[in-house]
Amino acid sequence: MEILIALIIATLAGAGIFLTLKARTYPIVLGLTLLAYAVNLFLFSMGRLQVNMPPVLREGVSAYTDPLPQALVLTAIVISFGMTAFVVVLALRARHELGNDHVDGVEIMHKAGENQ
Amino acid sequence: MTHVAILPILLPLFGAVMVLFAKVMSHKTQQALSFALTTLLVFLNIWLFYTVLTKGGATYQLGNWEAPFGISLVLDGLSVTMLLLTSVLALASLWYAVITKIDGANVHFHVLFQMQLFGINGAFLTGDVFNLFVFFEILLIASYSLLLYGHGRERTKAGLHYVVINLVGSTLFLFAIGTLYGILGTLNIADMALQVSKLHPDNVNVVAAAGLMLLVVFGLKAAMFPLYFWLPGAYARTSAPVAALFAIMTKVGVYSIIRVHGTVFGTEAGYLSFFHAPWVLFLGILTLVLAAFGTMSAKALKEQVAYLVLGSVATLLIAIGINTPQALSGGLYYMVHSTVVAGGFFLLADTLASLRGKYSDSIEKTPPFGRMIFSGSVFFAFAVAMAGMPPLSGFFGKMMILSGALEGEHVGLVYTTVLVAGLFVIIALTRTGSQIFYDTSTDEPFLKEQVRFSQFYPALSLLLISACLVLFANPISTFTDQVAAMLYDTKGYMDFVLHPTMEGR
Repeated sequence: MEILIALIIATLAGAGIFLTLKARTYPIVLGLTLLAYAVNLFLFSMGRLQVNMPPVLREGVSAYTDPLPQALVLTAIVISFGMTAFVVVLALRARHELGNDHVDGVEIMHKAGENQ
Repeated sequence: MTHVAILPILLPLFGAVMVLFAKVMSHKTQQALSFALTTLLVFLNIWLFYTVLTKGGATYQLGNWEAPFGISLVLDGLSVTMLLLTSVLALASLWYAVITKIDGANVHFHVLFQMQLFGINGAFLTGDVFNLFVFFEILLIASYSLLLYGHGRERTKAGLHYVVINLVGSTLFLFAIGTLYGILGTLNIADMALQVSKLHPDNVNVVAAAGLMLLVVFGLKAAMFPLYFWLPGAYARTSAPVAALFAIMTKVGVYSIIRVHGTVFGTEAGYLSFFHAPWVLFLGILTLVLAAFGTMSAKALKEQVAYLVLGSVATLLIAIGINTPQALSGGLYYMVHSTVVAGGFFLLADTLASLRGKYSDSIEKTPPFGRMIFSGSVFFAFAVAMAGMPPLSGFFGKMMILSGALEGEHVGLVYTTVLVAGLFVIIALTRTGSQIFYDTSTDEPFLKEQVRFSQFYPALSLLLISACLVLFANPISTFTDQVAAMLYDTKGYMDFVLHPTMEGR
C-alpha cells in the first residue's frame, strides 16, 4: 500500500508541476489543484498508513492511528480550496484585462507568426 | 500577564470585523475606526515591549493545552520587536492612505489592511510550524487582495505572478511540514529542536532535506536568490501604502529563517547544527549583487526602491549566514532600520510621482515641479539612510553586521560584496537624485501639480524613527545583543516554551 500511495503522490505532484510550468492560466490553476491534492495525500500519509484503527486513545486500545495529520489535512484542504477559488477569479480578471490567458499577457511571438 | 501574548492577534482580527460592520455607517467611520485600532495596536505593542524588557518574555498556550501538544504563542524579544515594527509601519501606511484618499476606491481597504496585520502578527507570535503556515496563508490572502487593490493591466499581471508563486510556495511548505512531522512527530518549534537533538543518524538526511525545503519557502517570502523575480514587479506596481506595508512582508521570511532554522537547526542540533547558514550566506551574497545591479538599471523610482528592499533583505540574509551573535545583533538593528526607511521611501516615491504628474516616477528629464527643494531634501535624507551612509541608521546597521563578520568565515567575500554593492547603490541613488531634481528642462512650462504638505508627514515620521535609531543606538544595540544571545541559546528557548513554570526567567 505504501508503494501505491507513494506512486499516486508522485504522479499527482509531477503532473501538477508540469501543468504549473505552462504559460497559460488555465493549466496553471489545474496544476496548482493537483499539487494541492498531492500535498494533502502526503500530509495524510505522514501519520503512517494504518487501516481500521481508532484515532483516539481509550482504555485498552494499544494500536491507534495518529489523528494530528488528519486535522492538518483538513486545514490544508480548506486553505487550498479558498486559494484555488481566489486564483480562478484572478485568472478570469487577468483574461478580461489582458485580453488573453497568457501569464505575461502577451501572445507568444512565433505562434503569431505561424498563424499568418 | 496571562492573556497578553494573544492580544496583538485578536485586536486586528476583531478590528477587521468591526471595520467591516462600520461600512454601513460611513466611510469616515471606517477610516476613524481603522486608524484608532492601528494606533491602539502601536500602544499595545509598546506596552508589550516594555513588559518583555522588564519582566522577560511570556508564552501562551491556546486552550491551556500543554506545550508540545497544543498551540503555543511565544512572546519574546525578537517577536515583540517585529510586532512593534509592524504596527508603526502600518500606522504610517494607513496615514498616507487616508491622506491621499487611496482607501476610497474600494470600501474594503481597511478590512483587508486589518486582516493583513492579523496575519503578520500571528506569524510573528506563533511557536508552532503548522500555525506559521496558517498565518502565512492569512497574510498572503490579505496581501493578494491589497496588491490587486485598484486597477491596471500591469498590476493584474504582477499580481497573478505573485499569487501563483506563493501558492506553489505554500505547497512546498506543506511538503516540508509533512516530512518533518513524519520524522520528528511534533510541530512545536521548541519540541522540534528537542527531537532534532535526539535524532537517529539514519534520519539526519531526511530532516536536512526538509529543512532546506523550508528554507526555500522562507527564501521565497524573503525574496532570496533565485526566488526574487516576483518582488520588483509586485512592489513597484501596487499602490504606495500597500508597498510600504509590504516592506515588512519580506522580513516575515527573514524572521522565519531566524526563528525556525535558528532554533530547530540551532546550537543543540548536533550534526545539523546551522547546516543552513552557508546556504543563506551565499544566496544572500548573490541576491545582494543582483539587487545592486537592479538598483542601477531601474528606470522608475518605485522599481528602484523595490530593488533597494531586495538589497536590504540580502544584507539581512548575509547577517544570518555569517552565523555569529554579533552579526545577528547587527542584522536585527538593520532589519528595523531597513523596514522603516524602505516603507518611508515608497511613500516619498509616490508623493514625487504625484508631484511630477504625467512623468510619474520615471527617472528622466522633466520640467521643474512643485515643492522641488523640500522633496529633494527629503529624498536626499532617505537616499543617505538607504545607502547606509552616516549619519543615518543604515550606516550603523551595516557597521554592526560587518564588525560581526570579522569573527565569522568568508570575511573577505562578505566585506567586498557588501561594500561594493553599497557603492553601486550610492551611485544609482545619486544618479536618480540628480536626474529628478537637478537635470530639469526649462523649455517646457513648469509642472502645475501640487500636493498637500501633509502628504509628506508619514514619510517624515518614518525618517524620524531612523534618526532616533541613531540617537539611541547604544541602548538599542544592547537590546539587540541580548536578543541575539537569546536566539543562540536554543536550550533556553526549549525550557522557556516547554516548561512554562520557568516563565519570566
